[in-house]
Amino acid sequence: MRILPLLLSAAATVALIIILNTKLVAPAPLGALLSPQHGLWQNAEPANKDFSADIKFSELKGKASVYFDEKLVPHVFAEQENDVYFVQGYLHAKFRLFQMELQTNVAAGRAAEMVGEVALKHDQEFRRLGMVYAAEIALKEMEENETTKTSCDAYTAGVNAYINTLTESTLPIEYKLLGIQPEKWSNLKIALFLKLMSNDLAAHDIDFEMTNAKQFFTKADFDLLYPSVQDSLDPIIPKGTIYNIPAMKPLPPPNVDSLYLNKGFVSVEEFEKPNPANGSNNWAVNGTKTKSGAPILCSDPHLGLNLPSIWYEMQLSTPSFNAYGATFPGSPSVIIGFTDSCAWGVTNGGRDVRDYYEIKFKDDSRKEYWFNNEWKQTTFRIEEIKVAGKPSMLDTVAYTVFGPVMYDKNFNGGRQTNDKNYAVRWKAHDKSNDLLMFNLMDHAKNYDDYMAAVVHLKVPGQNVAFASKGGDIAMRTQGEWPAKWKGQGDYIMPGEDSSYMWQGMIPQNEIPFQFNPERGFVSSANQKPTDSTYAYYLGREYPVARGLIINKRLTGMQQITPQDMMALQTDNYNIYAEQIVPVLLKNVNVQMLNADDTKYLSILKSWNFRNDANSTGATVYNEWYKKFKSAVYDDEFAKAPKPIQLPFESTLIEATLRDSAYKFFDDITTTKIETLADEATKSFKEAVVVLKEQSNLEWWKSKDTRINHLLKQEAFSRIHLNMGGGRNMINATTETHGPSWRMVVSLTDKTEAYGVYPGGQNGNPGSKFYDSFVDKWAAGQYYPLWMMTKDEVKDERIKWVMNFSN
Amino acid sequence: MKFFVSILLTALLSFALCLFLPWWVIAISGFAVAFAIPQKAGLSFITGFLALFFLWAGLSFWISAANEHLLAHKISMLFINVDNPILLIVVTGLIGGLVAGLGSLTGRLSRKLFTA
Repeated sequence: MRILPLLLSAAATVALIIILNTKLVAPAPLGALLSPQHGLWQNAEPANKDFSADIKFSELKGKASVYFDEKLVPHVFAEQENDVYFVQGYLHAKFRLFQMELQTNVAAGRAAEMVGEVALKHDQEFRRLGMVYAAEIALKEMEENETTKTSCDAYTAGVNAYINTLTESTLPIEYKLLGIQPEKWSNLKIALFLKLMSNDLAAHDIDFEMTNAKQFFTKADFDLLYPSVQDSLDPIIPKGTIYNIPAMKPLPPPNVDSLYLNKGFVSVEEFEKPNPANGSNNWAVNGTKTKSGAPILCSDPHLGLNLPSIWYEMQLSTPSFNAYGATFPGSPSVIIGFTDSCAWGVTNGGRDVRDYYEIKFKDDSRKEYWFNNEWKQTTFRIEEIKVAGKPSMLDTVAYTVFGPVMYDKNFNGGRQTNDKNYAVRWKAHDKSNDLLMFNLMDHAKNYDDYMAAVVHLKVPGQNVAFASKGGDIAMRTQGEWPAKWKGQGDYIMPGEDSSYMWQGMIPQNEIPFQFNPERGFVSSANQKPTDSTYAYYLGREYPVARGLIINKRLTGMQQITPQDMMALQTDNYNIYAEQIVPVLLKNVNVQMLNADDTKYLSILKSWNFRNDANSTGATVYNEWYKKFKSAVYDDEFAKAPKPIQLPFESTLIEATLRDSAYKFFDDITTTKIETLADEATKSFKEAVVVLKEQSNLEWWKSKDTRINHLLKQEAFSRIHLNMGGGRNMINATTETHGPSWRMVVSLTDKTEAYGVYPGGQNGNPGSKFYDSFVDKWAAGQYYPLWMMTKDEVKDERIKWVMNFSN
Repeated sequence: MKFFVSILLTALLSFALCLFLPWWVIAISGFAVAFAIPQKAGLSFITGFLALFFLWAGLSFWISAANEHLLAHKISMLFINVDNPILLIVVTGLIGGLVAGLGSLTGRLSRKLFTA
């Protein structure tokens, strides 16, 4: 009988190990994760960690030294040009490997492989959009160019050199938590990362929403709701600029009224829409406006806020170039930054470069479609979507002359009523080698170099600001943009022949730009690039507010210092509130207000139109405006087909200022004709009901900015940040979105630069460098950016040195 | 004496094996030491348990202290929804202790079978 206790004990031991080593019973393999020699404890980086090391890699052609300063920013000095990219890849991997893996798998529609079924819809949508197809085309272009090919090869080798050093205990914490292993890096992954940025920045369209709006509203109402030019527009290239006679004139097809502008409803809802707030600010002033007499350039790209941050700060230095700035883990080169002689920054161009065509298939096999009076063959791309813990899903995507058929009977995109087929024509599917622009900018010395570099950027198109120590400033609304006839691509287009296809691209010599303008500054904030005298159609939907306030401020500023620029970048002034609050206050019927209402009204009356962190007026305004907008539009939109576009942000503000008898003030569900006063009063009382439920009216509490970990784990996120700002303000910080890298560069003889981003240099949540910049960023403060020189290797700011050799 | 020697040996063997092998070799360490140094069955379990409780709690405390408990705050929130690094360290010790304790018990019972 002695064997029974033994068997029991042995079975219990094995069972316990299985439970603690797998996810079969418990939600996590706690034994593996808590073993101090293998698991998460190994990621608890000592506070006094020594990052210094001597490392040998046979791939290197010479020596390279990395000097880490007290912010853990690496200053990389390489003897050989491409070694600097090897080291960049190595450091990106060392500090940010998991985000590189996740972002490229998100781009490739492979997220479900990592996180399971929850990402399946995303993956299918991205496969159907042709993200991998786009990356493969980009990879070919990238590898045909000697410069980008060799820099990417070196970068990839650097990433893989780091991956090869990893052991079970040194794996980044997220790999341990998800129970996955890193995949080998490749140049395709660089292309995938860049296409992810194209998706973020050049895939925002409202074609389905606008198609429905066009059908639902009368022409007069439609024009009131979606004006093609805003009253307040202050374009990137100032009004009155003379443009060249265009080399081409895109013409609409003759049947445009019957086949295009008056067709039926559609009901596709994208599962994941790129955030329309993916905007940015940049500007440069020349020496006439600064105290030092040297130009100052400022850039702050607004993106989704995540930990680890999308940016990693570095200096890259070789005998042929020296650049400092924000880099993308996942790509070689400095993306936004400065060299020894100039600086550059980007904002999103935001034009519509993704259109849809309705496809007629011969039958359910999708093998043929009707095009130019004949049945034409489709080609198929078979997508295998792997799912962690589940069988793979297979999806076959049909490709046409327009591009992939994104929506068809196999992928309904949330459609309710019809089963039409829509192919997507997306600029990011075209050939381009955009990375070359950043490689060349890192080498740029003057305006000519900038012009030679910038034309390589085709998608995502960006407004690229430039300033140099030579005294020049410039702004180019860069990109390869389809030359469209008026209205082309605003709605779903017929796809049965070539007549609605894009007719060509705007020639590069007709791209609107500004060079050393008389006003002494250039600026962009995602507003429409030009006034209506520019020959090509630019679409309807652009934000206007930030551009307006930036230009107003810059016009008034003289003797500018870098500190003035920091104050401007973090300015919380609410220009929309300045415009509309007096009108609303004038119209609200005070006799209808009770004692509580009056109390909140007095808060608003004494408000200074600034959305500072502790402002209570900002919270009252925000709630009132939300309710006011609902009161004005909800009745008209209640019966509209979904999805539908709501009026653009500036529309209601401008309509209220312009026309106190704006048609939409009337509530169509009542017999009475409501006025602005009725809507203002009703919405204010509704807002007070909501406000009374809030114990603390301070704006930062109401806005509640947070920076989520990429896996949305709250323990790894920074939540409830005490800071001001908001939509349509220069400091465009909303709940989960905002300035992702603030940079101010004064191009004096010795460059004086400042910067900060909402994150930290080390992606490991167990490192004190994980979120070390967040508090300073939230407080609107900056770090000096140190362009280190080789003779400063003994400087006390240098804390660790990594030596690379072959 | 056997008791303390067994604890020390189990802890040392576990530490050494874990440098190269997966975490669950701590059960094998417990097994081997309990097999080699026979004690009462209950005592064997306690030996293995204490050896790994102290080893794992000790190591994790040492690592966490150097980290100023930065990560332990976050992981304790993630796993047990309480912001308490010490509790996480205790849980770590308990898990190691249980696995090694059962390994030791199995080792002791095997020897009994062997010597019977």
